[in-house]
Amino acid sequence: MNIAESFRFALTGVLANKMRSILTTLGILIGIAAVIILLAVGAGTSNAIKAQIAKLGTNVLTVSRQTTAGGRGPTGAVAGTRSRSTNLTTADMAALTDPVLAPDVDAVAPVVSAANVTSTYQDASHAVGTFVGTTPQYFSIANDTLAAGSLFTDADVTASNPTVVIGDTVAQALVGSRTSAAVGQTIALNGQNFVVSGVLTAKGSSGFNDPDDIVVIPLSVAQDKFTGYSPSLASISVQARSSDVMNQAQNEIQSILDARHSVTSANRDYVIRNQAQVLTTATSTTTTLTVLLGAVAAISLLVGGIGVMNIMLVTVTERTREIGIRKAIGASRSSIVGQFLIESLIISVIGGILGIAVGFIGSAFPILGTQPQVQWWTVWVSFLVSGAIGLIFGIYPANKAAKLRPIDALRYE
Amino acid sequence: METVANPMAHAHAWPVIALDHVSKIYGQGEAEVKALDDVSLTIDHGDFVAIIGASGSGKSTMMNIIGALDAPTLGTFHLDGIDTNSMDEYQLAQIRNRKIGFVFQNFNLIPRTRAVENVAMPLAYAGVHRADRRERALAVLESVGLGSRARHLPSQLSGGQQQRVAIARALVTHPVLLLADEPTGALDSKASHEILDLFDTLHAQGRTVVMITHEASVAERASRLVHMRDGHIIADERLRELPTTQLEVSL
Repeated sequence: MNIAESFRFALTGVLANKMRSILTTLGILIGIAAVIILLAVGAGTSNAIKAQIAKLGTNVLTVSRQTTAGGRGPTGAVAGTRSRSTNLTTADMAALTDPVLAPDVDAVAPVVSAANVTSTYQDASHAVGTFVGTTPQYFSIANDTLAAGSLFTDADVTASNPTVVIGDTVAQALVGSRTSAAVGQTIALNGQNFVVSGVLTAKGSSGFNDPDDIVVIPLSVAQDKFTGYSPSLASISVQARSSDVMNQAQNEIQSILDARHSVTSANRDYVIRNQAQVLTTATSTTTTLTVLLGAVAAISLLVGGIGVMNIMLVTVTERTREIGIRKAIGASRSSIVGQFLIESLIISVIGGILGIAVGFIGSAFPILGTQPQVQWWTVWVSFLVSGAIGLIFGIYPANKAAKLRPIDALRYE
Repeated sequence: METVANPMAHAHAWPVIALDHVSKIYGQGEAEVKALDDVSLTIDHGDFVAIIGASGSGKSTMMNIIGALDAPTLGTFHLDGIDTNSMDEYQLAQIRNRKIGFVFQNFNLIPRTRAVENVAMPLAYAGVHRADRRERALAVLESVGLGSRARHLPSQLSGGQQQRVAIARALVTHPVLLLADEPTGALDSKASHEILDLFDTLHAQGRTVVMITHEASVAERASRLVHMRDGHIIADERLRELPTTQLEVSL
């Protein structure tokens, strides 16, 4: 009795009760499709968030003033020992470029900002989301690229030239959808005239925060016309040499600034925001999401497997007499096991293959605003799992059939 | 008609069936039931034996042991010279497949499976090639007069026809023993007659037939009659002489 023969008998068994076989197959189909689609949704969401964060620069640290009272408490002793401003200054920024004390810092850029800046051009006006005064290094640190025109230069900063680089959202609001038309035009920021030197490539919105709603002007001009000249900065953007040395870079910045500001980790007057940490947090959130989705899908697959076992038990009971006849005419225990095991394998593997197909079709459409991305490993794993389901949930009924004594099975009514 | 050599042409060194002091005991202690009690029986090649007895006489237990479906509690059973006590499950399945052809009261054909496939099934378990199987199954169906019904399902056949298919299935492996359990029990008298005539023909061709029955009229067709009661053989009479060649061998 060879495998092909068992397979032929098994196929006859499956086809003998078509409706029942189809419904059981459907159970596995839904389970496998659910696993593939839900894990694809998880992967799609996770990749979308990662891509979003990568656009903002994954090797960027932002040092900003501690805005809460936590840093310098009202304990006069500490405040009393200070002789100079504890704001972030351009001197602080310059200290961070020290190649000995901060070998993992690649580039730094100062940031001053102002709130409630309105841009106007002819009849159009737009309230700017983010207003940044900085140096040209800022653009490479922030991963900004140009869609049209050029960036302002160090010479512009030195000469305090009123030039501006605007984000995609701002350009669209002022000159319409053909954003390159803004280059060379003069726009007004809170009534002050600026010449647009370049328009940035759109980064896409991350939902609550639009990175394209930005205007960037030279630091000196911002200090002249908006914040008033002072050495204090809103924040310092720091680029680490790579995303792998983010923590080292952060520690170096902390030791430099702690010494300069005469503070310790207990009473720091600045905070460092690490994009890698944001990425890690986002990744762990989406991992949790994926695990939850996968668990739900796995449960539906388990239910499908139990359905296979249920039907196989019914089949064995229903065909007890047939099993008795087969044994009487010479079927060995192993050929009976083979026949019923192959029956459950046929049902579950066909369900698995169809489930993979449905999974691919289902993943072709966006779900909740994200495009699911089918993970190839889920396809292989699903296929193997559907086979394993056939084996695991088929082995008990098959054994039950094979263990029947022929005289009992023949007498069964 | 089959093309095999007539079994009568061969001399046999051993009987088809040799039961030696066989007992079958069910239950234990107070509930102990001796379905067979120290039974010895020898059946030779080419014989046509009817085992007759009332319900509970032990004839079904006898049939199960002779058919290698059940093992005796005590004593030994040799089938065609082979001691079945020493065999495992797999070997017993092989013995049933190669040596015995079963015919049941309820025909026991596999439903939703064509007549020719039912007949070919023992050959599948014997490892015969597919095309070969079909050819042999068709030939045997032809020999029992059902060549034109080969592609019918059991549900499309009458009782008598179903039993013919079952007999064809029993014959297809050329077994040494045709074992029939109440083969006419579910048939009307006309169909019964036809089936018994078929057994007569098979016996005349030299096949060894053992038939279990409770009907005296059916048992009378046999050459030898074994009466059973309460697990014992109470009478063993020869109704017709076997052909002399056969007797010489068995003596």
